[in-house]
Amino acid sequence: MEYINIFVKSIFIDNMIFAYFLGMCSYLAVSKTVNTAVGLGAAVVFVLSITVPVNFLIDSYLLKPGALSWLGEEYASIDLSFLSFIMFIAVIASMVQLVEMIVERFAPALYGALGIFLPLIAVNCAILGGSLFMQQKDFANVGESAVYGLGSGIGWLLAIVAIAAIREKIAYSHIPGPLKGLGITFIITGLMAIGFMSFSGIKL
Amino acid sequence: MAEVKEALFSKQNKALLSDPLNDNNPISVQVLGICSALAITVQLKPAVVMSLAVLFVVIASNVVVSLIRNLIPGRIRIIVQLLIVASLVILVDQVLKAYAYDVSKELSVFVGLIITNCIVMGRLEAFALANGPWKSFLDGVGNGAGYALILVIVAVFRELLGSGKLFGIEILGHKAKTLAESTGLYSLGYENNGFMLLSPMALVTVGIIIWVQRSKNRKLIEQH
Repeated sequence: MEYINIFVKSIFIDNMIFAYFLGMCSYLAVSKTVNTAVGLGAAVVFVLSITVPVNFLIDSYLLKPGALSWLGEEYASIDLSFLSFIMFIAVIASMVQLVEMIVERFAPALYGALGIFLPLIAVNCAILGGSLFMQQKDFANVGESAVYGLGSGIGWLLAIVAIAAIREKIAYSHIPGPLKGLGITFIITGLMAIGFMSFSGIKL
Repeated sequence: MAEVKEALFSKQNKALLSDPLNDNNPISVQVLGICSALAITVQLKPAVVMSLAVLFVVIASNVVVSLIRNLIPGRIRIIVQLLIVASLVILVDQVLKAYAYDVSKELSVFVGLIITNCIVMGRLEAFALANGPWKSFLDGVGNGAGYALILVIVAVFRELLGSGKLFGIEILGHKAKTLAESTGLYSLGYENNGFMLLSPMALVTVGIIIWVQRSKNRKLIEQH
């Protein structure tokens, strides 16, 4: 039950884009057509659901205050949490590299589809944001953090596919010149975010 | 390669400073760094602190990367840059925790997200890797200031309309329980627009800023 709760919450209520504006740069840049949006979204789901649990393990067995107690009594007082930024980003950058190599070797078709997006993902705020929120939310075990990573990724995928579909349609509409492109995308995202706010009362 | 010596503040260098404020603004034109920009603009104070933090990180990382740009192997440059930026952000985070604990609690994960703030990486890739330290410094100042400008404008609108305050000081008068006890605008029956405090309005506000900017500066209009 707890898993479903975290899953639904991370997709709809704590949606990466509509609630926290994470990953907006690539969201705005790559949302001109649905096809590329699906590609990038799938890559984000993939990377988030790997990096969040890995970072959870690093956080709870290396960085948290008292996390090193498995080494022995005298290590229990060490607090390395100030290193979490650099550890998380290093994990993300190397994971992205690793994922890229694995996908290239074993799934060339997927690599062809995701290829150019994978390196971009290392600097996508949604990925690092996922790990930082995971640290804040204090999940009980790896499973919960993995579900959270997967859910946040799917939420991001939903958002970017939806805006890409809308942008494909409004390309033919008559929009005031200065609002064309970026401006109207911002305002539509705002309206979609208002829509997503209606999920905020849901409890499972 | 002999470089032509130019004055510290030549015309070209001044443009590095002033362009990002308007024609080439990192948020509204280059579309960089929106990720962390919007969530922290509910009030002016965190927005100002965030702007200063980003300003520091952009300048420092631009200068550092520009100094070692010839030593970084091209293939692993992203990881090198990320590590430099991450160490600077840790510095900022620790300083904030020590001297402005309340604000650092309020900014929560968004301090950490400066690492992946696209402005920082974008300027490193686009500018610092190809230019000398002094120019990179100016570029950092300009882009940091351009980011700060948008952040402060959005935060002023949201805090003033949403809660009638600026920096936590009541600008529009005090709102009491009854109309008779209220002062300022509130005694006339004015109500705060609570909607401005919600996250979607940050997006709409930026959309409107872009609209205003592009209708003044028509060469920025997108054709499609």
